[in-house]
Amino acid sequence: MRLEYFQMIDKVLSVDAESILAEATVPLASPVFEGHFPGHPLVPGVLLVETMAQASGHMLMKRLGFARMPFLIGSRETKLRSFVGPGMVLNVTARLVHEGSGFAVTDAAITSAGKRICEVREMKFSIQDFPAPELQAAMRAQAVRMGLIEDREA
Amino acid sequence: MASAFERIADIIAETSDVPRENIKPESHVIEDLGIDSLDFLDIVFAIDKAFGIKVPVESWTQEVNSGTAPAGQYFVMENLAKRIEELVAAKAG
Repeated sequence: MRLEYFQMIDKVLSVDAESILAEATVPLASPVFEGHFPGHPLVPGVLLVETMAQASGHMLMKRLGFARMPFLIGSRETKLRSFVGPGMVLNVTARLVHEGSGFAVTDAAITSAGKRICEVREMKFSIQDFPAPELQAAMRAQAVRMGLIEDREA
Repeated sequence: MASAFERIADIIAETSDVPRENIKPESHVIEDLGIDSLDFLDIVFAIDKAFGIKVPVESWTQEVNSGTAPAGQYFVMENLAKRIEELVAAKAG
């Protein structure tokens, strides 16, 4: 995880058309922890939601052949069960619930060492054309880096 | 079984802030009911689930934006209900 750059997913462990399992390791140090919180460093809950959104988004982008990009527009229910601190290794899962016309819906969760950390139900994404070619290229490069796609697929 | 119009009106009332009694066959979903694009996606998601179909919102929007179809053909409630019934019938084959 590079919290300051919003790069939440380190590695894709498995992926198919409707689900993904990814890994994210919380850094031991980050400017984020200086404010959140002094003496009690925690990954902010919104960044855990972002992590689940990114896992969902990577799965969707692969499903869409990197032709379009999902943008988070809402979710039905979020539960943040446990604190997440420096050095923790997170397993992030996401599953396609529904693919509509111009939107998609996923469920996602994070666990660590078998313990439930957080979940989100019915995370909704608007599927749009890439607003800039360099963003599309960056997403493909990131996908190769994290093992979502092979180099030749990019 | 309730009509498609009634089921869609119920979905809109449950998904948005629009009172059920304000939703009439002649209501335009956007202009009269004030549904925005975000709420409309929630409504479409609920319609997809309830009717077991995939409402082709993107192609409808494209047709309206390019001028090949009037917005009312898809976004006036009674017409929306007809389009949903057609999609259900097409799926049933």
